[in-house]
Amino acid sequence: MSTPHDYLPRDPAWRTPAFAPFYKTTVHRAPRAPLLSLRNTLSEITGPVFGHDDIGPLDNDLIRNYAQDGEPVGERIILHGRVLDENARPVPGALIEIWQANAAGRYRHRNDRYLAPLDPNFGGCGRTLADDEGRYAFRTIKPGPYPWGNDSNSWRPAHVHVSVFGRAFAQRLITQLYFEGDPLIPRCPIVRTLPDPAGVELLTARLDMNAAIPFDCLAYRFDIVLRGRRATPFENRPEGT
Amino acid sequence: MTPNAPRYLKETPSQTAGPYVHIGLAPEAAGLRAVGRPLAGDPAAPGCPGRRIAVEGVVLDGTGTPLRDALIEVWQADHMGRHRHPEDPRANEVDPRFRGFGRVCAGFEDGLWRFETVKPGPVPWPGGGLQAPHITFWIVARGINMGLHTRMYFGDEPEANAADPLLAMIEQPSRRETLISRPEPDPGGGPTVHRFEIRLQGPLETVFLDV
Ligand SMILES: [Fe+3]
Repeated sequence: MSTPHDYLPRDPAWRTPAFAPFYKTTVHRAPRAPLLSLRNTLSEITGPVFGHDDIGPLDNDLIRNYAQDGEPVGERIILHGRVLDENARPVPGALIEIWQANAAGRYRHRNDRYLAPLDPNFGGCGRTLADDEGRYAFRTIKPGPYPWGNDSNSWRPAHVHVSVFGRAFAQRLITQLYFEGDPLIPRCPIVRTLPDPAGVELLTARLDMNAAIPFDCLAYRFDIVLRGRRATPFENRPEGT
Repeated sequence: MTPNAPRYLKETPSQTAGPYVHIGLAPEAAGLRAVGRPLAGDPAAPGCPGRRIAVEGVVLDGTGTPLRDALIEVWQADHMGRHRHPEDPRANEVDPRFRGFGRVCAGFEDGLWRFETVKPGPVPWPGGGLQAPHITFWIVARGINMGLHTRMYFGDEPEANAADPLLAMIEQPSRRETLISRPEPDPGGGPTVHRFEIRLQGPLETVFLDV
């Protein structure tokens, strides 16, 4: 028996594998046993629902939501797009949370020891809800690349971390968006954990001149796709109904 | 493309949450002045109906070292097995103080995480029957390319666990045990503490789910 509520199973050839030895931290952290596959139950097709009470008026404006006495330094950008599912339908009310380094590549975090400076006017944290058509937008500063300890000369491409809640816990997603044209993208071990080059394309935000604001900020477009639901032209009814 | 060809999109691929996940998902823990107000804490506010419990543990890597950069989200039904979500037919019976969603961070020094909640009731299994009470876990950290789904069942529910259809799908009894808490009742009458270690690798590797 199949219910119309089941989310489409994830494609093993597309999903990011746990073990990728060139990204060294995965070596001791990747589970080795196969995942246990199961039918969706109420525990997976439900999930937290967020509303406008969860969002403050400046939460989607990283240029202003931490500003102390001026504007943060760096390239001013709009990040926008739509949240859709695999059936190409919008996901209204999706919660999108982002975090990122400042223009110099430094995070406001106790464990970030990079020598680049903190920006007193930039926190690097934002959240918003998708509207009725699945659209969302942030205003922020383009993050800088930063070095990390994977190899002796590893640099992360400029990126924004993105966390998304759709309608169900089964759709939960965390990813990173990169910026079109960055030469560090193909060199990055974390990017190279993606098994299909088409996946890298989906994580690359595109310059969107039509959404830029003249004399103010450029814009990048980033659409997000969450798991969709199985279509069931013939529904098997349980016996006795 | 033919006119009737179905249009399917590919899911946006996952990438690691990295070591600075707190900035976005738990800004208070990162030492940041939060944007808005904190999104989530414990799944059940004090005063919710049901038996109060605490859950605590660590996430261990393949060397046995606790992860100190992990972030854990939990999702659960209320004490009667109902979810606060429109697709649960009993959603409108849920107490307004009960949310069912929680977020906790591993301690920066010791990797210990802890939350308080109420013990969930049994949840229907599709096609009939009940699942034993459980809490859904989702774990992200540096070096985890895709958030890991698992469940915690309760060590003080042996009969329900023996009849649980998901636990029955796990072939090896020792693997089944990785999903079951160790309850430590409080002799003073306080909430029972359920200990739950999540092991990413090794002979006692936790069973992770492809949900
Ligand atoms: Fe990062």
